[in-house]
Amino acid sequence: MYLYIIAGLAILASLLANRERTRSALKIAAKRFLHIFPAFLTMIILVSIILFLLPDEVISDYLGGDNIFIGVILASFLGSITFMPGFIAFPLSGILLQRGVAYMVLAAFTTTLMMVGVLTAPIEKAYFGMKVTILRNVISFFIALIVAVMIGLFFGEIF
Amino acid sequence: MKRNDIIRIVGLSGYALFLVLSLALGFDPGKEIGRNFLSFSLAMLKILPGAFILIGLFEVWVKRETIEKHFGEKSGIRGYVWAILLSSTTVGGIYVAFPIAYSLYCKGARLGVIFTYLGAAAICRVPMTIFEASFLGIKFSAIRLLVSIPLVVGTSMLLGSYLAKRNYKLAAGR
Repeated sequence: MYLYIIAGLAILASLLANRERTRSALKIAAKRFLHIFPAFLTMIILVSIILFLLPDEVISDYLGGDNIFIGVILASFLGSITFMPGFIAFPLSGILLQRGVAYMVLAAFTTTLMMVGVLTAPIEKAYFGMKVTILRNVISFFIALIVAVMIGLFFGEIF
Repeated sequence: MKRNDIIRIVGLSGYALFLVLSLALGFDPGKEIGRNFLSFSLAMLKILPGAFILIGLFEVWVKRETIEKHFGEKSGIRGYVWAILLSSTTVGGIYVAFPIAYSLYCKGARLGVIFTYLGAAAICRVPMTIFEASFLGIKFSAIRLLVSIPLVVGTSMLLGSYLAKRNYKLAAGR
């Protein structure tokens, strides 16, 4: 909501400063939005299908396994291919934590969820091209694995 | 018409047809996917118009020199610090950060800085981190941030200079 308060105030300030410039700002906003709209539509469609194939309960089942390393690998793949806003992902992680899922597994899941976006790739590709999209996502995947290992070390879950 | 456009149109109409048929025939998985589509579209519509209005105003009001000075080739380490601070205020998810990063690039930000912004927008958003800490503990969030931020900055610098050497340029007019 505060986004629209800021946007509203910004338009107001801009109007007071210069009517013509504000008009062209809104034109640019509309043009850019329409231009990227197909990529967003593709992402929403992919998300709608993946959310059906991998609902929260299925993800919980996968993460709750016995072997911590298999858990980390599974978690990082699930985190990469699913899409979940933070206000769902973190409460879910909190529940899983209480059920005994390791911090390391949760770190792999939430970090890949945030950083690696297979489903957001259509948008990323439209702006930055295929090569950069792949490079950035692969790098992010490895950063997430390193984060998971460090969390595991600090919480005494490995060694 | 380009081949990709044809694939997109066929895919879209197939998807739409599937949803309509599912609704008509009472096919539950299809109805579920339709519900996901609607709720996710609504979530997007809550954020995207506001974000793009701010991008439009940014394009018109912020001078190229200002961005070059703070985010450009001569910004040094400050550019990275600014990128992280800016990213912490980003709303929504990384999908909002892509158009913002693109606008920054068009105004003269260097590649390493925009990749830092993208990575940091994924992991440093303030409301999200508070949420994370309240469910997984402050220690968890602190370790995650302390490990991931240096890695994001370092790999962004490397990726930026690798691409700059290859004369990588983003497509104009997105």
